[in-house]
Amino acid sequence: MSFLLSCPHCGPRPVDEFGYRGEVLTRPADDATLRELCDYVYFRDNVAGVQREWWSHRSGCELWFVAERDTRTNEVLRTEVPDTQRGSRQ
Amino acid sequence: MSRLPIQPGELLDRDTVVRFSFQGRSIEAFAGDTFGSALYASGRTLLSRSFKYHRPRGILCCRGHCANCMMTVDGTPNVRVCETPVRDGAVVEGQNVIGSLDRDLFSVVDKVGGPFTPVGFYYRTMIRPRRLWPLYERFLRNAAGLGKVPERDPHNRYDVEHREARVLVVGGGRAGREAAAEHAVAGPGVVLVDELPELGGLELPGVEVLAPARAIGVWEGGLVPVEHGNLLLRYRAQHLVVATGTIDQPLVFPGNDLVGVMLPGAVERLVERYAVKPGERAVVIAADDAADRARAALDQAGIEIVSTVRLTDGRTPAVAANGRKGQVRSVTVDGRTVDCDLVVMSGGRQPAYSLLAMAGAKVEYDAARGVLVPAAIPDGISATGSVTGAVGEQAVPAASYTAARSGKCFVCVCEDVTTKDVKRAVAEGFDSIELAKRYTTVTMGPCQGRYCHVQSIRLYAQETGADEAAVGATTARPPWTPVSMGLLAGRHLEPMKRSSLHHRHEESGASLIWAGAWKRPYAYGDVEQEVRAVHEDLGVIDVSTLGKLLVQGPDAAEFLERLYPNRFGDMKPGRIRYGVLTTDAGRIMDDGTVARLAEDSYYVTTTSTGADAVNGWFEWWNAIWGYDVEIANVTGALAAVNVAGPRAREALSALTDAPVSNDAISYLDAKELAVAGVTCLVLRIGFVGELGYELHCPSPAAEHLWDAIVSQGAVPFGLEPQRVLRLEKAHVIVGQDTDSESNLISAGMPWIAKLDKDDWVGKRATQLVQAAGVRECLVGFEMENGKLPAEGGQVVENGRPAGRVTSARRSAVLGKNIGLAWVRSEAAEEGTRIQIRVDGRPEPATVRHGAFYDPEGTRLRS
Repeated sequence: MSFLLSCPHCGPRPVDEFGYRGEVLTRPADDATLRELCDYVYFRDNVAGVQREWWSHRSGCELWFVAERDTRTNEVLRTEVPDTQRGSRQ
Repeated sequence: MSRLPIQPGELLDRDTVVRFSFQGRSIEAFAGDTFGSALYASGRTLLSRSFKYHRPRGILCCRGHCANCMMTVDGTPNVRVCETPVRDGAVVEGQNVIGSLDRDLFSVVDKVGGPFTPVGFYYRTMIRPRRLWPLYERFLRNAAGLGKVPERDPHNRYDVEHREARVLVVGGGRAGREAAAEHAVAGPGVVLVDELPELGGLELPGVEVLAPARAIGVWEGGLVPVEHGNLLLRYRAQHLVVATGTIDQPLVFPGNDLVGVMLPGAVERLVERYAVKPGERAVVIAADDAADRARAALDQAGIEIVSTVRLTDGRTPAVAANGRKGQVRSVTVDGRTVDCDLVVMSGGRQPAYSLLAMAGAKVEYDAARGVLVPAAIPDGISATGSVTGAVGEQAVPAASYTAARSGKCFVCVCEDVTTKDVKRAVAEGFDSIELAKRYTTVTMGPCQGRYCHVQSIRLYAQETGADEAAVGATTARPPWTPVSMGLLAGRHLEPMKRSSLHHRHEESGASLIWAGAWKRPYAYGDVEQEVRAVHEDLGVIDVSTLGKLLVQGPDAAEFLERLYPNRFGDMKPGRIRYGVLTTDAGRIMDDGTVARLAEDSYYVTTTSTGADAVNGWFEWWNAIWGYDVEIANVTGALAAVNVAGPRAREALSALTDAPVSNDAISYLDAKELAVAGVTCLVLRIGFVGELGYELHCPSPAAEHLWDAIVSQGAVPFGLEPQRVLRLEKAHVIVGQDTDSESNLISAGMPWIAKLDKDDWVGKRATQLVQAAGVRECLVGFEMENGKLPAEGGQVVENGRPAGRVTSARRSAVLGKNIGLAWVRSEAAEEGTRIQIRVDGRPEPATVRHGAFYDPEGTRLRS
């Protein structure tokens, strides 16, 4: 794995500077069933294709951002700091 | 063998003599020589023993591609001496031999082993009995292979550099130089790398020339690592130009591996660059114009060409090279034998397309010329020169040139794979070239297929009846050249963190141990004495390693309320609470104290090893939540010491003008005080069970503060006494007593979880766990006899495992052996008698809840 990832703050950098946190997920509601919670905690879509995922520029500015990456080619389509509503549940 | 008079293009500086030793002999060389050329000039032509059969081998390519000249130089194995410049005083040794290069006991494998050691024999013959495999393996590893990895570091330093270039040109031949010069016109940022040392002095305006330097491969994202001495240069170029040229191809005939059988390029280099005469009488066997190319060099050196065999007419003569003691002595062509001591063989020139293929180009077989050529070269990369396939007219050589009942005929010299081996693989049903490659290991040696790929395809096509285009090329994968392991490992780095009090610990004679990436004092002397000092008088411990985060902003309270199971919003400024972080799976992640400094400001401490993870965790959640908070990691900026013991207040009072009475600073109060003139955040907490203050101060002032506290009679104590002291309070260490499965309910901390709070990370999971109940609980225990279980020891029920011990220590103040253990929830009641295995025997223990020492906490609060 040696592709470049574009940190929204620092620009394109080697991927080994970044930390990966996996797919962007939606947290289940307060009253989630055990199944829903387990889905969220343990199950991943693991798509062969474009995926939205969390990255942090760990050895750099430490910014957390979302990348859209094609898991088949490691082509990064775009990176962005997600637009969040204060206190959003996500 | 002898040195020629001065040659026009030679690289030698004949005024500078360099001496190195080989097998105890001193070899004289000139500056500019390689070890290989100097050995050849001295008459030494047998340089190595082959991988499997231990056959004598000498220079084949003379450009650092093949394994034929690999020797051990100054302890470093597998040095390709044909391209390694001589060093004064170096020690050069043969490798993969028992005895010497000339008398290698293992060469018996070549004489008798042939029929018994076909390709893959060890998969079939050395499998039973299975338990003997380690023995077989050890034997095989000794009997075959390359050099030995030195047990001691030969003291080479390696490093990695990241570099960028506008244009990276690989290959410094005519085409590469032209491309580089052309790109340099457009602007700076052009780099040219070439594997041969002679380009080192090349001056191209506007071009940075690196030589000798080898591009190892092309990786994803256009990464081209380049080996340049002990440096690995990780190049990213906007544009990559591949000008790697062609590779002389050997021919396949019996005896084609004898010392003295060479490729045309090797003869040229030996004569023209190193002024070495590689023989007296030469036979040239060529499928292309190599005879003409080599003739100039042969003439220049005064070598007589006794016979020329042209394979351009499509005939397939029976060829055999005959030798004595591994040296070629004659060549027989269709029954006619000619004496010679040099054979120049040429099977045409094959474009060196590997880098292009790694970058995504397709590879096609050109049936007319018998070469593989690159096609469909991806964007951002271009190929120029003969690597594109512009190799001129050449005849397609036969798969092999053999007579009946002839000797070994090598397809792959690196891995000692013969035509017989490939035929056998086909007969055994390896019906794709990729599978046959893995089975025979042809193309998998140090030359990475340079001198065996095309031949193996031809042979494979001949044996299977398919044509070469249908057989296809095997996938080109990095690395394209042998790379030393040190280069891949880079500089040896082991992160080590020291607190700002490190030198005080060293001066005090502390024994330092690893605690995560930190070096921390285990103890300064006697553990029991340090424990006693804290209980009876005064102790001080460096806790600077704790993670420290400042969480500030209008939303700070709400942010922490959502991160922690605890409640922090109702805390008054100046108060402290113990906090545990959980994940959405309900698992305990970290713990520490949270002090509210002001309405909108919290000071959070984490475990020593969890600082970075918790910082990242906070930042990540806030990237989702978007609260108006700032998270500042001040772990390194602040030092912290814990002053604990009955005399702690007295000592603090002596160092500050501020009131420190129990009312002024009560248990779980946080206050800013000047202590010994240093502004400190004083946290009154009790990890160790006695009256104590944790003083957080700017790191540069830590030594001054430490000295002031020690001058009050405080005894420094280390991690081990702290472990005893906290265990007496049954305080959990996250990661020691909990693991990735532990949750608040099972770890006995249900009171932490405020389930009536709005959403927090881990709330739903904790609710579900509470509803479902837990199978295991973390409890305290005390041993009923004097035995002390090991950490990790088993809790047993009726002889079966039923839990595990996570902490266990002798408490002198209690006169007991105590610990923490995970037990089945049925056995978790206070007073339950359990058994713990100690030295193999079950020993009785009793479950205890709460602190062992000062259970009411009066000492902490007084």
